[in-house]
Parts: sequence; structure tokens; C-alpha cells
Amino acid sequence: MSYETVTFIWFVLLGVLLCGYTILDGFDLGVGILHPFIAKTDEERRLVMNSIGPLWDGNEVWLVTFGGALFAAFPVAYATVFSSFYLAFYLLLTCLIGRAVSLEFRSKVHSPTWRRLWDFGFFLSSTCAALLLGIAGGNVMQGMELGPMYHYEGSLFSQLTWYPLLVGTLTVSLFALHGAIFLYLKTEEKLQQRVRAAITPLFYVFAGMYSLVTFATWWHVPHATENIANYPILWVVPILNALAVLNIPRAMHLGKPAYAFFSSAMVILALAWLFSVGIFPNFMLSTIDPSYSITLENARSSEGTLNIMLIIAGIGMPCVLSYTVIIYWIFRGKVRLESNSY
Amino acid sequence: MMDVEILSRLQFAGTIMFHYLFPPLSIGLGLQLFLCELAYYRTRNPAWEAAARFWTRIFAVNFAMGVSTGIVMEFEFGTNWAAYSRFVGDVFGSALAAEGIFAFFLESGFLAVLVFGWDRVGPTMHLFSTLMVFLGSMFSAVWIVVANSWQQTPAGYHIVWHDVQGESMPRAEVTDFWAMVFNPSSVDRLTHTLIGAFVLGAFFVASVCSYYLLKGRHEEIARRCLSIALPTSLLFTLLAGATGHDSAQKLVETQPAKLAAMEAHFETTDQPTGLYLFGWPDAEEEKVHFGVRVPYLLSLMVHNDPMEPVPGMDQIPSDERPPVWLPFQTFHLMVGLGTMMIGVSSLACWFWFRGTLLQRRWLLWTIVFMPIAAMTANQAGWITAEVGRQPWIVYPSIQDGVEMIGLRTADGLSESVTAEQVLSSIILFGIIYSMLFAVWVFVLNHKIQHGPESIDALLEHKRRTHPNSMSEQFQRTGKSHGGDFLEEDSE
Repeated sequence: MSYETVTFIWFVLLGVLLCGYTILDGFDLGVGILHPFIAKTDEERRLVMNSIGPLWDGNEVWLVTFGGALFAAFPVAYATVFSSFYLAFYLLLTCLIGRAVSLEFRSKVHSPTWRRLWDFGFFLSSTCAALLLGIAGGNVMQGMELGPMYHYEGSLFSQLTWYPLLVGTLTVSLFALHGAIFLYLKTEEKLQQRVRAAITPLFYVFAGMYSLVTFATWWHVPHATENIANYPILWVVPILNALAVLNIPRAMHLGKPAYAFFSSAMVILALAWLFSVGIFPNFMLSTIDPSYSITLENARSSEGTLNIMLIIAGIGMPCVLSYTVIIYWIFRGKVRLESNSY
Repeated sequence: MMDVEILSRLQFAGTIMFHYLFPPLSIGLGLQLFLCELAYYRTRNPAWEAAARFWTRIFAVNFAMGVSTGIVMEFEFGTNWAAYSRFVGDVFGSALAAEGIFAFFLESGFLAVLVFGWDRVGPTMHLFSTLMVFLGSMFSAVWIVVANSWQQTPAGYHIVWHDVQGESMPRAEVTDFWAMVFNPSSVDRLTHTLIGAFVLGAFFVASVCSYYLLKGRHEEIARRCLSIALPTSLLFTLLAGATGHDSAQKLVETQPAKLAAMEAHFETTDQPTGLYLFGWPDAEEEKVHFGVRVPYLLSLMVHNDPMEPVPGMDQIPSDERPPVWLPFQTFHLMVGLGTMMIGVSSLACWFWFRGTLLQRRWLLWTIVFMPIAAMTANQAGWITAEVGRQPWIVYPSIQDGVEMIGLRTADGLSESVTAEQVLSSIILFGIIYSMLFAVWVFVLNHKIQHGPESIDALLEHKRRTHPNSMSEQFQRTGKSHGGDFLEEDSE
């Protein structure tokens, strides 16, 4: 296998890890965003939290592994991207810690004030995490102020322009919808009816944001569509994406919530795919001078390391997938409160 | 205003030390939990099950803290140490990615079964999940200690100069993966690290159980757990001494500067070298104030020969010397605490086997506070290892007769990050981590005060959740040992 091929494989594998993360953590971030609006009583709040109880921890590991794999396969990209997003990234980490702690500690003490505090923490950290992920994605998509020798010349404030904020809002609405469909699968009776009633408006909000971001990207980020223009076969992705979007209300209407969940997962997959196609072959496009950009070629590890890592991934990923399936199988079905629940 | 270097180092030290409160306890408690559950699996005695369920709850709280503070570490190399990340990514990154793929998924996946699966899966699957979580936490230690050891004693790599926008920049690249993994210090350091974690876990369990016995609560369960925790604490404190000694002996070849700093050994002579029991080293005057030195001892410890001199700090070029005061004090603190722990666990085991431990309340109270000693020793050991390798973040080395450059900590920083940014993240995380620490102590205390479920409550709970499987289980227990407890309860 040539150096070029194995580099490309690693770009694709990182895409797979990113998809795994956004699809899986997407629904549990979504559950956090919806939590205060859907669940009214203490029991309902616990049900909503426990719907992701055994799962969220494993879902976040996809992000950690994405970080590790980026470090190993494209160290220059890992170093430059994370140091450029310095404050944004620390805020994201704060949110992820806040979520973990809210889930873990909320139900440990029988005090309404204690629980209200952590409920709010859970909602706020979930929403901000989704927003920040989207903002980071939007910035990478439109290019960043990267100077010579990996010296990033922007700041947190230059990252908060209208396009990244728009992508951030899209992410929040997408995760909320994805989380709502997940909750519909996991809940019963009154709580489930309330979730059902929320899905339709959530869908319209998402569809609106989706169209808005599509046009904004077309107009504001012309280089994002270059790859699609050069390889017309890639048109399959946006078309499938649109079909998957439309399939969500159809599947819900037909009474097939699992199919709707599959569709929203496919929407996330397609968006992550469009994102990867949009930035390829850059990790970070410099808006100052394209020659300062971080590309696949100048960011990658040595050929030997990429090959070793491929062996590690070849042994590890089937194990990861098999026990992910086992865990989801053990915790299938409607969520119930048990003695070990949160 | 402090500069980016000192702030970034402070931040890294703070976040890693805070993170390292949790992983050693997870690893150590994981072993105790597995042994409890194995005892339950073999005897089907509900007292063991109640114990395993209780330790699971403690484990879960601790694990969540470990994960959330660990995510920060995974990305901190990129945010604050970008130049370092580019230099080592080819080597260090692969170990970190292997940790994610092999360890984190295993741990977090089966943790769900361990914590939430008590009433969902059978005892065999549950025991298996516990073992997987325990193994996962050990794998995680394996990869991260390998990565750290490679920086201390690099092997299996070469330095390649890359052209970056017209400038030539060095990078370490793997030439031999297994030589990188089994670099000269990784096995010694890994065993010592894991054993340190097992010591902490054993003392943690022993501490909680001693507390219950002192207060006359949950005595049945506390006595059973103590029968595992005390012998394991003795075994692992002794092993910690042995592996620590091995690690220190290797230092004279691999990192003589670190050894000289740990022992505040400034001047090389042709006389046998003594060992300071304690003192106040002064690196500027190259003297140790108020020091008490045992002659010949350092020579004997390092070379197995009391007459052979040990090289001192004067052999190291002055711009490559680590600080002396801190590694000296933390190293001596670790050794002192280790010796004390050997003493306490020997005494406790002795009285336990004579059946008189419970009358010795002073010893039980001492055991209650031992986890603090064990945790301090773990932290002090790492401070010694990390401060003692300064000013290098990656040591220089010689590979196949070719000299390889190292990387200084000061050269590993992120180019784009300013002191203000680092200061704000330090303040942000200072606040968050203080709150986290308070909540962790509060919840841990809450759980320990609540204690394990009583055996009757557990049996009642199982009767409600699994009416059929319970009767099966009773029949099985009737045949196996430890049934005396169950007979009163079975119908």
C-alpha cells in the first residue's frame, strides 16, 4: 500500500470515529438539551437521564479515541487545531465535565435544590457542548487565520462570527431532534406522548436551519463545494442527506420510530461526510495564505507509524464494535428506574 | 506577569495531579472488587454480593471522575504543548491512540454492565464484565506509562528533519514499534505504577472496613473484605519496595541526573557514596543542610557494592540539571511512607491472623487514615519522576551509536497560545476542579456513611426483581459451601 493510500485511509478512519462520536454522543447531548422541557416530575427527570445512563460514558470515548487517533496519524493537525481553539476547547471540556458530574451526582442526594442545580447543569452543559462542537466545525469549514509556522493569529472572538454560530445552532437543533427520537424509543405513556409532540416542531426547526446552513455554505464558503464540483459522484451524499431528512417525519408518521432514529443517524453521518468532503485535503485552511494551511500531506505521521496504527485499528475496532453492540443489546428496551439507576 | 512556559507547566502539573487522584484508586479498587465478586461467584454467599455491590457504587463515582478529568489530559498535549505534539506525535500519539482503542472502550463499555447490570445479567456475565473493566483500567495504565517511559528512555526511533515552509524541523519517528513499547524503563515503571495502585486500593478497602468495625456497623461484610484487603496490602507494599528498588538501580545508567537529584548527590568522589535519610538540599551551594547520611548505603543500593562510587550532579552539564530540592523531598517522602505502610500492614496482618486486630482500636484508626498515605506516596513518586527528568520533556539518547537530540520542556510549547489564555484556563479549571473535589468528597462520604445494603435487604430486593432465578440460586447454594447463611432465608 502506498503512503498516499494509507494517509487517505486514515483520513477516512478519522471520519468514521467522528461519525461514531456525533451519532452516539449526539443523541445523549440531545437528551440533555431536551431534559428540562420534556421531563416535569422528579421521576420523569430520572427516567430521561437514565435513558442514556449506561451509554453516555462509552459514547464519549469515541471523542477521546478520535483525539488519540488524530494525534497519532496527523500530529501536526492535532497540535495546531487544538492550540488554535484553545479557549473554545477548554469551554467544551468544561461542558463535558459538567455533564458527567451532573449525571453522576444529581440523584445521589434527596434534596430538591441539589437536584434542580444539577438538572440545570446537565441542560446547560449539554447545550453548550453541542453549540461549541458546531462552532468548531463551522470555523474549520470556512478556514481560519493561520499564519506562518502554525502560528494562529485569531482569538476566541474571531471564532464567534455568524457562519460558525449558524453551524453551532444547526448542531444544537440536530442533536435535539436526534435525542427526541431516541427518547421516544426509550419512554412510555405520558412522557412518550410529550416527546412525540415535541418531535414535529423540532423537525421544522432543524429543517429550517439545515436549509439556511446549506445556502450559507454555498454562498460564504465556495471552496467547500469544489470537491463536489470536481467529482460529480459525490452529489450522492447531499441527495441522500436530503432524503434522510425527509424520511424522519415519514417514518414517525408510519409509526416506525426505530426507522426514524436510523434516518436521523444517517443525517448526521451525511453531514459529517459533507464536512469531510468540504475540507479535504485540508485539516485547517489558512485564510491568510493557502500555503500556511494544514493539509493531509504536511500533517501526517511517518509511513511506518500509519501502517502500525492500521494494524492496531484492525485488531481494536472489531472488538470495540462487538462490545458496543453487546452493551446496547443488554440495555435495550424501555428505560426503568432500578436500584442502581442515577 | 508569569510567562507561558511556567503557566503551562503549572497547569499541566495541576491537571495531571488532580486526574491522578482517580486512576490509581480505580485500578486498585478494581482488583478488590474483582476479588470480592470472585468470592461471591465461588461461594454464592450474599454477604459477598452485598460487598461487591457496595464497592461497585464507590468505583462508579471514582471512575466518572477519572474519565472526566482524563478527557482534559487527552487534549492538553495539543492545546498547550503543540510543538511537543508535533515532535513526538509519531511515537507518543500511537501509544495514546492504542490506549483509546484497547483500553477506554473496554472499560467504559463493560462499566455499564458492572454498574447497571446487577439485575439484568447473570453472575457469570457480571463477573466477566468486572474483570474486563479491571483489565481495561490496567491496559490504560500500560499504554500511558509506555508513552511516558519512552520520553524518559527513548528507544526504537530516529530523528527525521522535515522541511516546513523553508525551515528544517526535527521529528521523532518510530523505526521499531516493539523496541519503542519495551523501552529500557517501561516494564519497571509500569509494574511499580500498577503496584502503587494496588496498594492504594487495598488500603482504601481496609480503611472503610476498619471504620465500620470501629463504629460497629456492617461488621459481617467489613470482616470479609478485610480478609482480602489486609493480605493484599502487605503483599503489594512489599512488592512496591522491590520494584521501586529495581527502578532506582536502572536510573544510574539511564537517567543519572534524576538519581543525583533524588539523592541530592552533588559531588562525585572516588569514595563510597552515602545515602541521606533526610535533609534540606541547596542546589546553589551544592550542599545538604541538616542532612543525616548513612555511609556506603547509596553505593550498596545502586551497585549492590558498598565500595563503588555513584556519579553525582557534577557529571551533568549545568544546563541539563534538574531541580534538586523537590525530587529529593518527594522521593524521600515516598520511601518513608512506603516503609510506614509495610509496617502498618505487617502489624495488621499479624494481629488479624491471631484474631486480635479488632481489640486494637489504635491500629484500626491508623488503617482508616492509610489511604491518604498511599495516595501521597503515589503522587510523590510521580513528582519525583517528572521533575527529575527536567529540563527534558523528551530525553536525548543514543540509538545504534547515533546521537539523537532530545526536546527541552521550554521548546515544547504552543506557538499561538498566550499567557493570558493559559491563565484563564488555569482559573477556570481551578474553580471547576475545586468544586469537583468538594462534590467527590461529599458523595464518597455519603456513600460510605450509607454503607452496603444489609444482607436481608439484598435478598428481598433479589426476590422482587428475579423471583424465579432466586429459587434456582438457593438450590445451588444449598449444595455449595457458605450455605449456612442462606438456609435461614430460603423458603
